[in-house]
Amino acid sequence: MIEVRDLSKRYGEKLAVDGLSFVVRPGIVTGFLGPNGSGKSTTMRLILGLDAPTRGDVTVNGKHYRDHAAPLHEVGALLEARSVHTGRSAYYHLLALAQTHGIGRRRVLELIDLVGLHDVARKRAGQFSLGMGQRLGIATTLLGDPATVMLDEPVNGLDPEGIHWMRNLLKHLAAEGRTVFVSSHLMSEMALTADHLIVIGRGRLVADTSVEAFTQRASKRVVLVRSPQVEQLRDALVGPEVVVTLVDRELLEVVGLTAATIGETAAERGLVLHELTPQQASLEEAFMELTRDDLEYRAGEAAVAA
Amino acid sequence: MSAVSVPTIPRHERAVRVTQARVALSEWTKFQSLRSTRWSLGVGFLLTIAFPLLFAAVTANRWAHMSVHERADRHPLDIALAGVNVAQLAIAVLGVLVITGEYSTGMIRASFTAVPKRLPVLWAKLAVFAAVSFVLMVPAVLIAFAGSQAILDRHHLLQISLGSSGVLRSELGGAVYVMLVGVFALAIGAIVRNTAGGIAAFAAIFFVIPPLMNILPTSWNNAVSQYLPSNAGRQLFSLHHTAHNLKVLPGGLLFLAYCALAVAVAGVLLVRRDV
Repeated sequence: MIEVRDLSKRYGEKLAVDGLSFVVRPGIVTGFLGPNGSGKSTTMRLILGLDAPTRGDVTVNGKHYRDHAAPLHEVGALLEARSVHTGRSAYYHLLALAQTHGIGRRRVLELIDLVGLHDVARKRAGQFSLGMGQRLGIATTLLGDPATVMLDEPVNGLDPEGIHWMRNLLKHLAAEGRTVFVSSHLMSEMALTADHLIVIGRGRLVADTSVEAFTQRASKRVVLVRSPQVEQLRDALVGPEVVVTLVDRELLEVVGLTAATIGETAAERGLVLHELTPQQASLEEAFMELTRDDLEYRAGEAAVAA
Repeated sequence: MSAVSVPTIPRHERAVRVTQARVALSEWTKFQSLRSTRWSLGVGFLLTIAFPLLFAAVTANRWAHMSVHERADRHPLDIALAGVNVAQLAIAVLGVLVITGEYSTGMIRASFTAVPKRLPVLWAKLAVFAAVSFVLMVPAVLIAFAGSQAILDRHHLLQISLGSSGVLRSELGGAVYVMLVGVFALAIGAIVRNTAGGIAAFAAIFFVIPPLMNILPTSWNNAVSQYLPSNAGRQLFSLHHTAHNLKVLPGGLLFLAYCALAVAVAGVLLVRRDV
């Protein structure tokens, strides 16, 4: 369980995290979604106490992370930025971190096998591929058998097999009753792994919702209409909830009406249609839509405040 | 690397917690598992021995051609401890690297995630590095002493005994000095958090500022120079004390105070700053 309350972090002029509040619950995979630079990594560093918040508070399992007697048993974290000395072997990297908690060699070796690094465990981590580095990160994450697992962009740079492995792992960890909190800038990735979504844009909360509700709420129906009489058709379709865009001389993009309604309207007016194509907005577009709205909203608000 | 299905993650039922002793063991593991550590320590150890042997051989060879004045200037203990001047650089560079290596690679984030109170990491690094430096330097200076004396003895020159007044103290003082240089350098590294910057800061304090003092009027120079960290620390392994130098104990204590100050600043910054 991670509880974030009114969390803000300012770096110089930039407000990286701005009044963020949310709760990450155990037993499900919670996706942390936002465009690059929206404050996901900063939020994770604040949770771990690597950075101190400018305002607000964050607790893990009821306490500040630094106040836990065995931090690695509370949270296992994989940060986006590499956190491994390039000159040290995977084995010694894991052993050194394990020893801070009195965790023995046996578990280190078990985890090396689990993530499939057995053959390269004695090689210097600087020679690892991105995928091997991520696997080492996962082994580090699981060292303390943590109640909460927090991963920053874990599938970045992985090959398809590695991505598949990671998805299974996340679901498996959640099924074991752990709190799983995983960030991504890819909506499609989150749709496959997450049960719940926390969406941020510009450091602010945009949505805190189930994946289903999010896609339903965010996806708007777009219909492409081709007609030799676009001008008349546009006048016939436009309404308070309807946005009609002239794409080219014969093509309209209609948002807010179903294809059936458009067809019926055209028939009533005796207008010719050459094409009528409903388009389901993809998850990616839905996500873009939501975060773009947030940016516009932010800009408007700033103007009012000034 | 081909496992696609996820096997059950082994549980770790035993209660775990962070203690200072465990962090120290962890730091020892980190320290001994890097190639750069072994190289720096090996080079420091060998140079501490090699330079006195070289100087002893040269002195013995050139003795017949030396003026009386030049002969009077040679002291067997200066020869035996000549390597300390070189070893301090190797140990200082390693001391800086012990902490800045973690910042440059990002390892520090893993370290401070495992030990979020942070200060135990600094104490453990200092303890491990100081202990290793001291344990390495004691045999090095003693071997250098025995070796340089053996070479000089063949020419019946400049003999001195470990039992003579102040000799053993100077020998051990040399080892203590190098150990404290390591502590000081590690603290500088923790403050600067950058390898090049840390080494430059150390070099400025120990090798650049002292000669610059010669620009000052002599009376100022004499008054001020003895209080510089390097000059204060050197008294630990100086047999004779000239007019404008501190005595052994005040010098050693002042150097210790400089180290304590650097460590205190490092500790405060370590806890306060974002990683």
